[in-house]
Amino acid sequence: MSLEIYLDLFSQPCRSVYMFAKKNDIQFDYKKISLFEGYQYSEEYGKINLLRKAPAIKDGDFCLAESVAIMLYLTEKFHTPDHWYPADLQKRARVNEYLSWQHSTIRPHGSKMMWFKLLIPKAFGTEIPKEKMDNAVEDLNSSLNLFEEKFLQDRPFIVGDQISLADLVAIVEIMQPVGAGMDVFENRPKLKAWKDRVRAEIGAELFDEAHQAIFYAQEAVKTMDPEKIEHFKPKILRYFLS
Amino acid sequence: MAGRQAVKVYLDLLSQPCRALLIFLKHNKIPHTVELIALRKGQQKTPEFTKLNPMQKVPVLDDNGFVLTESDAILKYLATTYNVPDHWYPKLPEKRARVDEYTAWHHVNTRMHASTVFLQEVIFPMMGQPTNPAKFEKALADLNGTLDMLENMFLKRQPFLCGDEISLADLLAVCELMQPLCSGRDILKDRPKLLSWRSRVQSALSDSFDEAHSVVYQIREKFTAKL
Repeated sequence: MSLEIYLDLFSQPCRSVYMFAKKNDIQFDYKKISLFEGYQYSEEYGKINLLRKAPAIKDGDFCLAESVAIMLYLTEKFHTPDHWYPADLQKRARVNEYLSWQHSTIRPHGSKMMWFKLLIPKAFGTEIPKEKMDNAVEDLNSSLNLFEEKFLQDRPFIVGDQISLADLVAIVEIMQPVGAGMDVFENRPKLKAWKDRVRAEIGAELFDEAHQAIFYAQEAVKTMDPEKIEHFKPKILRYFLS
Repeated sequence: MAGRQAVKVYLDLLSQPCRALLIFLKHNKIPHTVELIALRKGQQKTPEFTKLNPMQKVPVLDDNGFVLTESDAILKYLATTYNVPDHWYPKLPEKRARVDEYTAWHHVNTRMHASTVFLQEVIFPMMGQPTNPAKFEKALADLNGTLDMLENMFLKRQPFLCGDEISLADLLAVCELMQPLCSGRDILKDRPKLLSWRSRVQSALSDSFDEAHSVVYQIREKFTAKL
């Protein structure tokens, strides 16, 4: 049994892989890494994943990056219950449709809120211009509206009656702004009901455990050593504020 | 599959993922009908099209009532539903994982950066919208980073992005990397490894590649004639 999974649970895609592996009793060697400390840039990590992102896995000699690819690989390898990634090609296509759409919508829009509302002002001491903040909030709201209108509708889960990888990937991204103190479920009862269902399906204990870093983000950022993350500052500011 | 009805696709060939889909359908001789949606005329925003796809995006697949969006989901659905050669989307888990890895990474890397260069250099000026030189320089730098990754990781020891044969990954990537050509800009010109890869992909796809890209060549002619 030599499956290694490299994770930083502050990162959304790491949380979905973690919860998926744990929920399905997949035995793995949990390699805890710190993105804020820049481990992804080390020579060591470069041997695992040249894309220098988390999560990544090493299964024997086989290395793989990208949480979506990792979870699809694990469903196949460990013969997880069908509902995660149905064998029926049309149901499967619905899961793939969500997994594709979210890359350039919910994922960056949710992520940005954590950076804009918490990390950049509190850890870097840089204020976000009002117009940029307003646009970012509007982008997230538009994505959440589309999520509810198209992907959720009146169904209990994205692809039907049972939880799938689509819900798992969606929930971790939607939880990210919550860690920055933003209640995305306020005035969204349908979204909140879905979140509660997903949390119950995954198991409340596992869900909460995976989200610890997010729940305590506002506290953690107060005690974060600014020198440790200084190396990130120019890159982050260029990425978000240029 | 015998007796299977043709699928319908809604496309605008100016859109990179639409080209990838059309090439795949033609190359694999999958029976299909095409309905053209002119993005420049806002046809994706009509109430009719919005009913079909609330995202107001192309491409869209309608397989006899089963409506699907997102090009990588569509391509994977077609590859697994029809009897296409295995190399497009291999059945072996380790090989399939490589394609899934690329198609995931593709969205906010190859697609995002090549698209931004095209929008800034071709579309915004065409629409009379203000351009942003700083944003354009940043997009070029970001795209260079992506091209470095394609050369140094995906094409490190293999002729195609995910192995020894062409796959959905190469198809999606090549269509994105052709887009900046609309202004006459060949982003691959100083990169022999990527130029070889592009030639290999074009060879593998033969006629369907150039047919799908005719709109890119037309725009390039108009754009460079103006200079």
